Amino acid sequence: MTDAPRVEPRVEAPRPYTLVAELTYRCPLRCVYCSNPVDWARHRDGLETADWLRIFREAEALGVVQVNLTGGEPLLRPDLEALVEEAERLDLYTNLITSGIPLTRERLAGLKALGLDNVQVSIQDVAAEGSDRIAGLRSFERKLEVARWVKELGLPLTLNTVLHRENLDRVAEVVALAETLSADRLELANTQYLGWALLNRAALLPTREQLDRAREVARAARRRLQGRMEVLFVTPDYYADYPKSCMDGWGRRFIVVSPDGLVLPCHAAHTIPGLTFDNARDRSLAEIWADSPAFGAFRGEGWMPEPCRSCERRGIDFGGCRCQAYQLTGDAAATDPVCPLSPQHALVTEARRGALAPAAAPLQYRAANPARR
Amino acid sequence: MTAISLDTRPRLAAKARLRWDRKDERFMLLYPERGLVLNPTAADVVKLCTGELTVGTIVEQLASKYTSQTREAVEREVVEFITRLAERGLVTDAGD
Repeated sequence: MTDAPRVEPRVEAPRPYTLVAELTYRCPLRCVYCSNPVDWARHRDGLETADWLRIFREAEALGVVQVNLTGGEPLLRPDLEALVEEAERLDLYTNLITSGIPLTRERLAGLKALGLDNVQVSIQDVAAEGSDRIAGLRSFERKLEVARWVKELGLPLTLNTVLHRENLDRVAEVVALAETLSADRLELANTQYLGWALLNRAALLPTREQLDRAREVARAARRRLQGRMEVLFVTPDYYADYPKSCMDGWGRRFIVVSPDGLVLPCHAAHTIPGLTFDNARDRSLAEIWADSPAFGAFRGEGWMPEPCRSCERRGIDFGGCRCQAYQLTGDAAATDPVCPLSPQHALVTEARRGALAPAAAPLQYRAANPARR
Repeated sequence: MTAISLDTRPRLAAKARLRWDRKDERFMLLYPERGLVLNPTAADVVKLCTGELTVGTIVEQLASKYTSQTREAVEREVVEFITRLAERGLVTDAGD
């Protein structure tokens, strides 16, 4: 990294709508594209139940209307019930984002009774072999059972499958599985190449042809299932025409709180060196949201370099993903290299070329410490 | 269900939830990862999507509340709005 992110004159903080509560980074699964930071094991579950309850209250007062209970695996928190109960009292829309492991039907029924609004279960592939291989754990059959419980108990089900070169050709089967399970919503989320997924990029990045075929399948399914199942297809940045409006813009809509209490603009923001994040145990969420230098660092347009600064899309994509800019170029304030206008766009086109002639790349499973390369 | 008639009995889908937004004093319709900001008329429609009432009854009720509009105009707006909600899977037909 050549120079530290600059702090520009303060931009007025907009209203946040969503709190992403990362209750723990621990997880029984070891998915090769996990979006938790590579150094997740350094961040302990530092927040007590009372801390989380206060964070929920402060978030709601700031304007938050939805809370995503996620991780790691949120089911590993024995106080999940207390958190759902408080979220319900605050009339927050609660979405449990889970691998489904470990869970019993009784616990799920209890969470529903406390006011849980939606359950998102991840399935890594359409059959046990592929799914368990990506997750690094025999888990596929149990996940299907959890998905069935969700519907039996009258809860809405989101099925989430992360896509990559090994399973992209089976999107039609993923849709069929979602229909069999009566999912209300299907998220076909292509891997974004950050963190663990960046380490495994050579094994995971699909070709454009593969991606286009899968997108067409998803589009047809969306039309056919309209009104019954919401079908989302999230394109990987590497094949998008423009950068995505990451988190709807830095510090605009989302507040992420990490298991150790760091208050972040996105779930990977603390992988960017040079930014100092406040901890929810030290200051109120309102103060952090409005005044924290890390939230101010990329809020608004003042931080933008060219070509973003004069680009007519700057208010649409907000310069793309800061973490991607850092992870690919070493400079978090650079234009996201997925943008064709970025001077470093070749970093992405070269990776795409690599996907056409993939070398055998061993999968690196999520672990406490990544293996040395 | 996307074809809405006056006999349809719309019910809010399990994933959708109406919430009073005290911050900006308006109703929002929340569903996974999303939310719609509702104007007062739209909120009135959603509140009547209980699965008990037909679209026809909802139109009657709102036409008698919003007297500055013709019944035909109310009907057109209500059917259009409920159709949009149905396309997003936010209401279903309780009669199905």
